[in-house]
Amino acid sequence: MNKQISRISLFALLLLAALIVATTYWQAWAAPGLAARQDNAIERVAQFEIRRGLIYAADGKTVLANNVRRKSAGQNLYFRHYPTNGFASQVIGYSTQGRSRAGLERSENAYLTASNANLGTIWQRLTDRLRGATITGNNLILNLKVGPQRIAESALRGNCGAAVVLNPKTGAVYVMASSPSYNPNLIESNAGYASILKAPSACPGSSSALVNRATQGLYTPGSTFKTVTAAAALDDHVYGPDSGFYDPGYCTEYGQRISNALNPDQTAESYGNVNFLQAYEHSINAVFCNIGKALGAKRILDKAKQFGFYSKPPIELPSDEVAPSGLYNLQQHRLYDNPAIVDPGRLAFGQEHLLVTPLQMALVAAGVANDGRVMVPHLVKEVRSPGGSLVMKTKPQVWKQAMTPKTAAILNQFMQAVVTGGTGTQAQIPGIKVAGKTGTAETGRPHVYTAWFIFFAPADNPQVAGAVVLENQLNGFGGAVAAPIAKQLMQAILPGASKH
Amino acid sequence: MAALTSTRNRELFYLAVVGILTAVGFASVYIARRSLVSWDSLGYAIFFFALYVAAHLVARRAVPNADPYLLPMAGLLTAVGVTEIYRLGPSDAFKQGLWIVIGVVLFAAALLLLRRDYRVLEQYKYLFGVGAIVLLFLPRLPVVGQTVNGARLWVHVGPFQLQPGELAKVALIVFLAAYLREKREVLAQGRLKDLGPLLVIWGGCMLVLVETNDLGSGLLYFGIFLAMLYIATARLSYVVVGIGLFLAGGFVAYEKIAHVHERVTIWIHPWTTHKVFCPQTGGLALRQDCESYQLVRSLYSIASGGFGGAGLGKGTFVIPGHPPVQLIPYVNTDFIYSALAQELGLIGAAALLLVFMLFVARGMKIALQADDGFSKLLAAGLTFGFALQTFIIVGGVLRIIPLTGITLPFVSYGGSSIVANFLLLAGLLLVSHRANST
Repeated sequence: MNKQISRISLFALLLLAALIVATTYWQAWAAPGLAARQDNAIERVAQFEIRRGLIYAADGKTVLANNVRRKSAGQNLYFRHYPTNGFASQVIGYSTQGRSRAGLERSENAYLTASNANLGTIWQRLTDRLRGATITGNNLILNLKVGPQRIAESALRGNCGAAVVLNPKTGAVYVMASSPSYNPNLIESNAGYASILKAPSACPGSSSALVNRATQGLYTPGSTFKTVTAAAALDDHVYGPDSGFYDPGYCTEYGQRISNALNPDQTAESYGNVNFLQAYEHSINAVFCNIGKALGAKRILDKAKQFGFYSKPPIELPSDEVAPSGLYNLQQHRLYDNPAIVDPGRLAFGQEHLLVTPLQMALVAAGVANDGRVMVPHLVKEVRSPGGSLVMKTKPQVWKQAMTPKTAAILNQFMQAVVTGGTGTQAQIPGIKVAGKTGTAETGRPHVYTAWFIFFAPADNPQVAGAVVLENQLNGFGGAVAAPIAKQLMQAILPGASKH
Repeated sequence: MAALTSTRNRELFYLAVVGILTAVGFASVYIARRSLVSWDSLGYAIFFFALYVAAHLVARRAVPNADPYLLPMAGLLTAVGVTEIYRLGPSDAFKQGLWIVIGVVLFAAALLLLRRDYRVLEQYKYLFGVGAIVLLFLPRLPVVGQTVNGARLWVHVGPFQLQPGELAKVALIVFLAAYLREKREVLAQGRLKDLGPLLVIWGGCMLVLVETNDLGSGLLYFGIFLAMLYIATARLSYVVVGIGLFLAGGFVAYEKIAHVHERVTIWIHPWTTHKVFCPQTGGLALRQDCESYQLVRSLYSIASGGFGGAGLGKGTFVIPGHPPVQLIPYVNTDFIYSALAQELGLIGAAALLLVFMLFVARGMKIALQADDGFSKLLAAGLTFGFALQTFIIVGGVLRIIPLTGITLPFVSYGGSSIVANFLLLAGLLLVSHRANST
């Protein structure tokens, strides 16, 4: 019998050895993935024993998130508190027991809980743990500027929409506002959470205040997209800045007429003979429709990809809180990338299933402002240890080379013309050269538009670039409703801009 | 000098080591949770050491030549278990302590009663066989039976809750050892008509499975049976046919029994990205928030332990709030391994499993050393049952196999399990003593 007993022993020992292998799998191999899961209550509770790092605005003084200590079952637990009660709520996000985390609280959790892999932090955590001291997270200092962010939030209040302002040369995000907004201190309790979900809103149907419209909101770009089309035409030398066009007031595609925007007397605008700059300045759809037909959808989409379309901008937010821009299948709400089934004429002026995020359009403006280079957008300026020493500092980094510097210089002139004498005159600031592009996208409902303005300034040495979008605007044109908000934001940030 | 290194003196030395480890374990729980537990906790360590010294003294008298490692290893496992149970809930640890006392008393009684020749048990084999069946079906009886966590495995007698299946396991092994010793020549010929008993026991296991809704116990009894049958007859074909029959039965159970189906579904897809039907609430929910939350949270618990663990007393098992919520139900019975893995980490969990492996290796060595068929079958059966039970519960917790609620030998909270495993230990020591005495 001994031979059988030996075999059975071997089998029994193999069964138990398999348990060691499986334990190793869960504790070493699968552990990071499980720790990151939203429903991981253990990780969440364990993290409440950690004093999370504070979150500061760009001034390094205004506290956006801190902690309240409470004793529970003999342990010190730290709960999050947001002293500003809803400043850039969708960006900061929240960290709760019951409803996991969102925003920077989620994506920067490693820094905030001191579980990042920087050597200094590891040493700090180890000594804290050996001493039995409370682990304290690292502090985040954001690029968000308190004043301008507040201006954006109050300008958007009452509407659904978003505003993004960033530095085109460094990618530092100064403003990221999304309306409607919410008070993150209400998230933890069921009643508070329900009150956020049920709050009345200016845009029924897509009203959730929890959505960061600046990075997740998908809008038809309308004429702002002509910037991308123009870049494609100029970069591929299909047209030059002096190319002439004739505008009869419409463009014929697939045997059908696509009209320009209407004059007050309900006739289509018609400009006759124009050059490229004028077509852009006055946002003439018929001309861009013909440019689109000449370029073809593939070239336009390829150019859009060089601006960052079809990828998620690498901003510090959780990946599922950032949407890529591009052609969307509206039924399935899914990106698709097939130039063969797209109408190039309508694509050229930003209709035709094209959906973009405000962040992406801000990056389009920023690309023009920064000689064609799109920088990586950064919400976080730096990370500091609880003691104040520097843990990480964000360095400016090029994300995309969208176009040649020459094309960027031409488009800079185009966009200045829009503000000096075209559709965007309401963004003018005395003493500062402002560049911009309006957009008034059709929504499918008559006289209801998505109003856009993308901009940068000063045009000769750009310090800010951005995008403002407002949803559901009855007879609201981009130049009339979005451009004034953009003007306010530029005035708030640019030194020397007169504030009246 | 020879006396100092004698078998029982070595056993005493190892017990002293275990005593020190226990004291260290309780001390770290005390330090970590000072505000919640008192110095009394160290009393546990002293008490346990005294208890095991008493067990050692009985062994010294009854089975002086028995293996010196098994008792200290059992002591270590119960100490690890009771330390963790204490950490999870001091009042449960007190009850567990009482059960360990009862277990040690029965262990001592078994050693003293059977020290002359345990092989008298062979004469009562049918008593054991019938006893096993009665014990197995006890939970089905209307008054005493009780359903816990979807499986009907418990008996309620007065203040006591018993899982008679644990004792049935030991009785079944004694019966099989005696029965197979007698019939092994006949069975080894492999004639078709001799397959009768195999089919009867397969049917019995399937009945247990169906009646108690418990895949794990069915697998345990049938696995023990197949292993012992193979040892007795050396016919691999029996094992192959047996596994085939078990899989077929298991498949039918999966198709027909909702509880078994649910367990398998949870095992294959514990996480869903879309909401699915939730039988508990009748509404829609993500499966990790509904049926599989226990398994999923147990996996989170293991994963959060990482390499070195949170430290005894430092793990997270409660969601603070009013009232506080237990993260993993049954954490001190079925899921004690995930609690230990969180607090001791990979190092501790692997060390614990290595102790189980050493226990199995020593048990199998006794089977190899024994010189009669009954003793070999008994020792191998008891050891294999111990190993397979460990695999079924820890493998379930680790998602190697579908999860079924049985106890982790010597470690989990539960009286019947502790008592049954002490009887198992007594059996191994008796066989070992006899093998080493000749």
